[in-house]
Amino acid sequence: MKKYLLKLYVTGKTPRSEKAIINLKRICRDYLNEEYELQVIDVIENPQYAEEDKILATPTLIRVLPPPIRRIIGDLSEKDKVLIGLDLEKMLHS
Amino acid sequence: MQRDITNNEIIKLETLIPGFDHISNGGLPLNRTTLVAGSAGSAKTVFAAQFLAAGIITNTASGVFVTFEESVDDIRRNMKGFGWEIEKWEKENKWAFVDASPEPHESSIVAGEYDLGALLARIENAITKVKATRLSLDSLGAIFTQFSDSAIIRRELFRISVALKKMGVTAVLTAERTQEYGEIARYGVEEFVADNVVILRNILEDEKRRRTIEILKYRGTSHQKGEFPFTVTPEKGVIIIPLSAIELKQKSSNLRISSGSTELDKMCGGGFFRDSVILVSGATGTGKTLMATEFMAGAAAGNERCLLFAFEESREQLFRNATGWGIDFEKLENEGTLKVVCEYPEVAGLEDHLIEIKQVIEEFRPTRVAIDSLSALERVSTIKGFREFIIGVTSFIKQKEIAGLFTSTTSTLMGGSSITEGHISTITDSIILLRYVETFGEMRRGLTVLKMRGSMHDKDIREFTIDNNGMHIGKPFRDVTGIISGNPQKIQKGDFDRLDNLFDE
Repeated sequence: MKKYLLKLYVTGKTPRSEKAIINLKRICRDYLNEEYELQVIDVIENPQYAEEDKILATPTLIRVLPPPIRRIIGDLSEKDKVLIGLDLEKMLHS
Repeated sequence: MQRDITNNEIIKLETLIPGFDHISNGGLPLNRTTLVAGSAGSAKTVFAAQFLAAGIITNTASGVFVTFEESVDDIRRNMKGFGWEIEKWEKENKWAFVDASPEPHESSIVAGEYDLGALLARIENAITKVKATRLSLDSLGAIFTQFSDSAIIRRELFRISVALKKMGVTAVLTAERTQEYGEIARYGVEEFVADNVVILRNILEDEKRRRTIEILKYRGTSHQKGEFPFTVTPEKGVIIIPLSAIELKQKSSNLRISSGSTELDKMCGGGFFRDSVILVSGATGTGKTLMATEFMAGAAAGNERCLLFAFEESREQLFRNATGWGIDFEKLENEGTLKVVCEYPEVAGLEDHLIEIKQVIEEFRPTRVAIDSLSALERVSTIKGFREFIIGVTSFIKQKEIAGLFTSTTSTLMGGSSITEGHISTITDSIILLRYVETFGEMRRGLTVLKMRGSMHDKDIREFTIDNNGMHIGKPFRDVTGIISGNPQKIQKGDFDRLDNLFDE
């Protein structure tokens, strides 16, 4: 089991979805080493998952593990806020 | 549902919410979104849920409920009180929830641009799942508190309303207002659904709550204007009282019925008309309840069914009084010709009383109805609400071709008139005044038929007495003047002769 389990909800193959995926992959690579599992869920193909997780906005990133559950909304272009959301703020200035 | 695509006319969807289709001239604009705005406690959520429930109960439409505020469990539980089995409907694929209520324990951080694509996808999924043609979204204010950027939310809500239109869904969006009279809704939500706006109000007036509904605008199609009273009942939910839908179309009959007193019948030119409204006005103790009681007994004699609404006295009191006047109410009730409904006016609002009165009349199907007294009902209402009640009751019983006798108490012992009369006198067909007459240190009772539409009637003020056989009407007061104005004066013999000869040549 990896230390981080991340779910990213996006809507179709829009530029905003692509941007979020690229931003997230870069952050994972730079800060989480290999200790993460990432699931990308398209709400148009799988609306029932969005229903279960009560997703309203896309893109939404959910940190399922480690607890507590965290939600980060947006295309993840503001890297500092993403790191705060993932409890990685100590990495900010390292 | 009517369809007429050719001339681009706006088609309306019958909501089946009682009264709403009347005041909206046919229902909600089909395939469009209507904003329902109201202050806290104005029954927005009930309206939104009823819009879906009415479609399901009548088997005409299934619906999707999007909640931004209350939890799904709360809504299921709260609406059960109206008899709406949402849980069962969900299993039958007639009702689907989209739960967008906030999660209390989770915080979210915004890191970049976003839209509400997931919400739209979930709504579309739910609509497809139950094949919904109706959708309610309750309430918009709550989503603005979940997301800080209201410009994005407004844009996205507009996108959702466009998508709903494409899917052929008629939608109700609720939004909160901070004042009863002021801006339409908070956060400027009316800007993106500005075509149709309905306002629910819950106004505090003279320490009494009064609910009204108003269609503010319906772009491109007609509707009734102004505020209409409505109430929320446990069995039916929102019921709107469509005053403007009342039409002066009732038939008029020449058939006479007995007032219960042969002497009074004679004074009225042969009895009351079968479908007329009679007002009996008098001070306390002049014999109004007696007249209502005799009116009921008169029905039973002719094998009619009669209904008495008593708002002043208890059953026991009424039955004991009737026995005192030689009328056996208990026997009449057992025979099924009489029904007595006793209620304290304060137990409900006037709108609720009106709905109950109508309902009992529908069920019992009487040929005559008495309400004793209107003045007691006046206590629980504002002047405007009372006037609407009177119009509602009289038009209903006229429609049903029922005779109605209402009593009204005057505020002063001698003469005088009550506020009630001011509202009702033009609607009534007959008015009977009961008055105290003070002569030589004695209180006597006088009765006169002031008005009898469509018939000759006795113009005298007659003395009447009450004993254990009821009411007895005697001779006119020939030697007293000023009875109706409340200032009775004995006329000297000489004056009397002079008056008699006044018009002799």
